[in-house]
Formats: sequence, structure tokens, C-alpha cells
Amino acid sequence: MSIDTDTARRVAKLARIRVEEEALPALASEFNTILGFIEQLQEVDVTGVEPMTGVTPMHLKRRDDVVTDGSQQDKVLANAPDAREGFFAVPKVVE
Amino acid sequence: MLGKLNMDEFAMGSSNETSAYGAAVNPWKADDGVDLTPGGSSGGSAAAVAADLCLGATGTDTGGSIRQPAAFTGITGIKPTYGRCSRFGIIAFASSLDQAGPMTRDVRDAAIMLRAMSGHDPRDSTSADLPVPDFEAMLTGDIRGKVIGIPREYHVDGMPGEIETLWTRGTEMLRDAGALIRDISLPHTKYALPAYYVIAPAEASSNLARYDGVRFGHRAKLAQGDGITEMYEKTRAEGFGPEVQRRIMVGTYVLSAGFYDAYYNQARKVRALIKRDFDQVFAEGVDAILTPATPSSAFGIGAMKDADPVQMYLNDVFTVTVNLAGLPGISVPAGLDHKGLPLGLQLIGRPWEEGDLLNTAYALEQAAGFVSKPVKWW
Repeated sequence: MSIDTDTARRVAKLARIRVEEEALPALASEFNTILGFIEQLQEVDVTGVEPMTGVTPMHLKRRDDVVTDGSQQDKVLANAPDAREGFFAVPKVVE
Repeated sequence: MLGKLNMDEFAMGSSNETSAYGAAVNPWKADDGVDLTPGGSSGGSAAAVAADLCLGATGTDTGGSIRQPAAFTGITGIKPTYGRCSRFGIIAFASSLDQAGPMTRDVRDAAIMLRAMSGHDPRDSTSADLPVPDFEAMLTGDIRGKVIGIPREYHVDGMPGEIETLWTRGTEMLRDAGALIRDISLPHTKYALPAYYVIAPAEASSNLARYDGVRFGHRAKLAQGDGITEMYEKTRAEGFGPEVQRRIMVGTYVLSAGFYDAYYNQARKVRALIKRDFDQVFAEGVDAILTPATPSSAFGIGAMKDADPVQMYLNDVFTVTVNLAGLPGISVPAGLDHKGLPLGLQLIGRPWEEGDLLNTAYALEQAAGFVSKPVKWW
């Protein structure tokens, strides 16, 4: 199995990471090295094996469904790269 | 708190060289004086403890990031059982593998610090609500009758003779202390790294999706007419370093439509088999497993620059199985190589039995008598 530049471009797009056109062949080549390494998993017989979901069988603790904090709009927005009028600001989304 | 220490970017690296701030340097030097890596990802913590800047430091370990740097710097590092310590406040890398632990000068300090770090935290729902024993009180050094497994699959191709010799010496030390040595088999060992490099990037690609330039962190400068997609793509290309980008994209690929079963689900099934290997040897009476901690001593900063990414990943060949199975593992300094650099041995314990594991490590530490320190490093 081999990754071409089209696939590399598609993966970069799905990951929302801009990769310049001239960098795609090198990226595809790196993918091929890593995926070639991963490929050996296919030789393992996993018939009847359930995918592992956790290391220790245990139920996650639940907490009461109540408000525990809030009213910290200023603090929440303090980390934002762009905030206006009490909201996160982003480029126009709807045409 | 004395300060904050360097690490690989988002904990993705084995040499500290992916850090946005540049690599921490190992206080140990080879004879040629070249700067060596303290390992990674918790390399800053390891270097600080080895250089006596602090008594102990915290680290996190997703595939070996406490134990490999501990081995490279001649200190003790324990990754406890998955769920033993809260991860609240730690940026998630691979949530089913991440665990925090102490990095200290010796086993006793590790026992003291681990007790303080352990226990349930309502703010990390995976942290187990189990009693935390007084680990230090369990350090008797008496391991008579304990069964120590030596897994044959950990004799990997190309392993330096010095590592083999150290491993044999460690085995003899534990036998001399009264432990019973048993050859064991963990047949799926060779599939641990490939499974890890599916599961960890998959989880990372999901966890790091939050770095989109909206609520916190870096946002790229946008050009006229750029929309939300350009903002995401430029922000993530500028903000993430090359190794992090690589892993996010590998994770994206293995989770994408048409490949999810072939890669991600296959890796999770192999992971179940790796865990079963351990379950079986523990069920047959093995108390702990002795392995090398790393396939080499610390290498030079920049030495792996031209290697492909998989070469760097091989650093974790002995440690990564432990994360996949969720077990506790500890690296104990056990000797010096021909360059005068520290080498570590790893002990792997039963789940939730860090106390017993620390005691075996204590016996190994006593027998190895490792007292070397980096010479004038400053």
C-alpha cells in the first residue's frame, strides 16, 4: 500500500493543517515509512478478539448533574486570540 | 513549586528535540564532550533531577516518556498503573495511555512522591477510587520467593552487547536476593510499537483538534478574504511543530473512512492480545518482569536528525508495551556503559501493585549500588 501526493493532500485537509504543494511529496514519503511500519499489524490473527477499550474494567464515576461553576465570561475570553462584545470572534462562517 | 521544565512538544518525542524551546541537555557527558539528549518526552524533568536542581520532578508517560529519560540520566522514574494518578491539568496526548508519575533520585523518593500523587480526583474520571498504600513502608528489600519473569521477546535484533550484559547482571542480582527467575514469553511484543503508532496518533488527532485558534492559543494572521477553514489550516500549520503535525495527520489517516477497521480497530485488537500476554504470565504466578529500559544509552543531540521517524520511535521498544497494557513500570539505574553513561533496567508489575513493584526495584537498587553522578556539568 502506498500513499501518493493526492492522499497526502487529502489527509492534510482532513486534519486542517495547511501543507504547501511542494511539501506534499516529502510528507507522502514519511507517511509511507510510518504506514509501512504499521502494516505488520495485519499479520496478527485477531479472530474473536474484541477491541480493547480500557485497561481495567471499571465504571467511570458520575457526578451530580448540577452547575458547579460559571459566570466567568471575562476569564474564559481572556485566553481568546480575538474576542468581541462578550463572544469569541472568528472570520465569517456563513456566506 | 520550584519551576517548570522542558519537554517535547505535546509530549511527542524521545529526545526533547521537538520542544518549541529547543532541547534540554543531559548533565551526563560522554568523553568527547558532545551534548547528549536527556531523552524524552519528560527530558527536562530528568535532567533537572540528575543535575540535583531538585529532589524530584513530575513527568508524564504515554509510551515511555518517564522511564526512557530516567534511564538516560541515571535516575528513577515510575509510570504507575493507568488510573493511579489524576491527569487533571495535563494536556491530553493519548487519553487511553497517558499517565503521570514521579521522577526522583532513588526508589524511596519515588515511593514517597507517588503516594502523594496517587488517588481519586473528581476532575479526572479515569483516576481510580482505590486505597493508596504507604508505598515507602513497603520497601523492605525482601524479595525472597518472588517470581521474576524474563521475557525472551525482549532480546531484540541489534541490541548492544552492553545492554544484554546489564540485563543478565540485573537478573543475577535479583536471583542473589532470593527471587526465583523464570523465562517467560510475551508473544505479541513485536506488535506493540506498530499498535502504539496507530492508537496514540489516532487519540492525539482527536485531542489536539481543540487547537483551532478560536478559544485559546495561537491564531495565524489571516489574509483578506480568508474564511474559517483558512484560519484553522494556517493556525495549525504555524502553531504545531513538524512531529506533532506528522502524528496528527497519521492519526487522521488511520481514523478516516475506509481505514478505520484496517488500522484503528486492528490495533485495538492487537492491544487486547498484548494485554492478554501479560495477564497470562501474571496468572501463572509471575510477580514482576525484568527488561532493559532502553535499547541504548543517551545519544547525541542532533544524532538522529537524518533518521526516519520510525528510527526515533524504536527508543520506546521496551517501554510501550506497559502503556498499552496499562501496567506499572519503573526504570532503575543499574550501571554505566563503556562511554561512562548511565543505563537503566525496567521492572514491570501487576496492576495496582506499585508497592510490591517498588520493593522489587528497591532490592535491585540496593544490589546494583548505582551511585555515579554526572561530573561537573555546568
